[in-house]
Amino acid sequence: MSLVTLAWTVAFIVIAMVISLWQKLNLERDLAISAIRCAVQLLVVGYILKVVFGLSRWPFTTLMVMLMWSVAVWNASRRGRAVPGAWWKVACGIGLTEVVTQGLLLGLRIVPATPQYVIPISGMIIGNAMVVAGLLLDRLQAQARAQRDEIRTWLALGARPTQAGRGVLRAAVRASLIPTIDSTKTTGLVQLPGMMTGQIIAGADPIQAVRYQVLILFTLLAAAAITAMTVGLLSYTSLFNAYEQLRFDVELHR
Amino acid sequence: MQPPSPDSRGAAIRFDHAGAAVLAGEGNHDKVRNGEEGGSLRWLLRDVNGRVEPGQCVAIIGPSGSGKSTLLSLCNLLRTPSAGHVFVDEVEVRAWRPSELRRRVAMVFQQPVMLPGTVRDNIEAAPRLHGLPLPDARELLERVGLFASMAEQPADGLSGGQRQRVALARALAQRPAALLLDEVTSALDADGVRTVEAAILAWRRETGGTVMWVTHDLVQARRVSHVTWVVLEGRIAAQGETEKVFASPPSEAVRAFLAGAQRPGQGEDTP
Repeated sequence: MSLVTLAWTVAFIVIAMVISLWQKLNLERDLAISAIRCAVQLLVVGYILKVVFGLSRWPFTTLMVMLMWSVAVWNASRRGRAVPGAWWKVACGIGLTEVVTQGLLLGLRIVPATPQYVIPISGMIIGNAMVVAGLLLDRLQAQARAQRDEIRTWLALGARPTQAGRGVLRAAVRASLIPTIDSTKTTGLVQLPGMMTGQIIAGADPIQAVRYQVLILFTLLAAAAITAMTVGLLSYTSLFNAYEQLRFDVELHR
Repeated sequence: MQPPSPDSRGAAIRFDHAGAAVLAGEGNHDKVRNGEEGGSLRWLLRDVNGRVEPGQCVAIIGPSGSGKSTLLSLCNLLRTPSAGHVFVDEVEVRAWRPSELRRRVAMVFQQPVMLPGTVRDNIEAAPRLHGLPLPDARELLERVGLFASMAEQPADGLSGGQRQRVALARALAQRPAALLLDEVTSALDADGVRTVEAAILAWRRETGGTVMWVTHDLVQARRVSHVTWVVLEGRIAAQGETEKVFASPPSEAVRAFLAGAQRPGQGEDTP
């Protein structure tokens, strides 16, 4: 695709902005900013990838992955304002997920150990883990609020936070995994996944593209489960304070 | 009957200038209290002093919103004292391991929440948490006036009155040294009230356990308690032997409360 062709795609942004102006959605600014950011970020990444792939050296690949990891941690931990130390818990969760899944992919020689494979697959794993971690923190707090009477009953019976919070942990892990499971279920029926579409447009054999897509989807399932469990286990007891009271119960003090 | 419990002696509970406050606006409760942050507190309970002896049954009476329930929640650390201290067996509540304190000092809420599972699961919950031998759920149910066969029913289908009775059985199953009771007969008919009162008083006699009993029913307070505390607007307005408090109220406010609340339909905490 040439740059001139690419320039024409600005028309799509214009359509969205016209709708925004017409309906007074007041989203023109956001639309313009996101369009520019998206284009700049991707172009920069494209050139960086070109350099990294050309060098084909491990330190650069590792650096790229670390960068993705940091941005993902920063983004997901914003969801956990009520969870003290959310950022390091999310960092552990996403980090462990990347190490385990990527370790299996490379260790079992499922994909070759070259930047062309490691970086894009890491991007998908870390991106998915980021969404799952954010969702988990959000659900954990919402569930604790919804079940506060039951939690207080457990506490009054002398349950430790690990025992009183178990139901909340289970519900939050479940809720954070459902989107990944559902999208895996309907994949191919509702939408063709981005990576597969990309490969097919670029001229790859559809069967080959499908194989890679299955690999990715299975990896993402494992990634979601590892992230949700790790962040959940590290976070759920911090819903309680040192006196084993529900933290927000104390802050609100009804 | 319950097998004799290793710590069957009743707990002693002592209040030393204890208070409980809520934030009146935004902010961090502890920081506002310590003066590290601006903001104001609204006191639910102020300057509570007093001692509940092991094995004693104390009735706590007062109008709705006077701080009776708050007083109970200070004793098992579901609420941290905002001022002063509360001691259980002469150990400050904050120095206890919370789970152990709450095992020893059981609480029955006015509108009890049933845990998922059957009635039996509810009754066995605390013994399982603490690794105690499992109680005879059927016998406990009969004690509180329910059919033993109810043990295998799902707990979420129970009526308000049945919940109150199961919650009492659940609290007794944790072999407490003290019972904190918050309007535990409010959803029961006259017959149910008698059965539950008898079950609580029998438990107290058998184990020597301590009872703190919040009630809006002054007749009940006179029936069950040795000592009565009257809570008015967050302060203890009267404290003493039940008959003495009722016979000669120490102040005009207490006298007015006792007189007013005894008329039917007044001073009731109907939920």
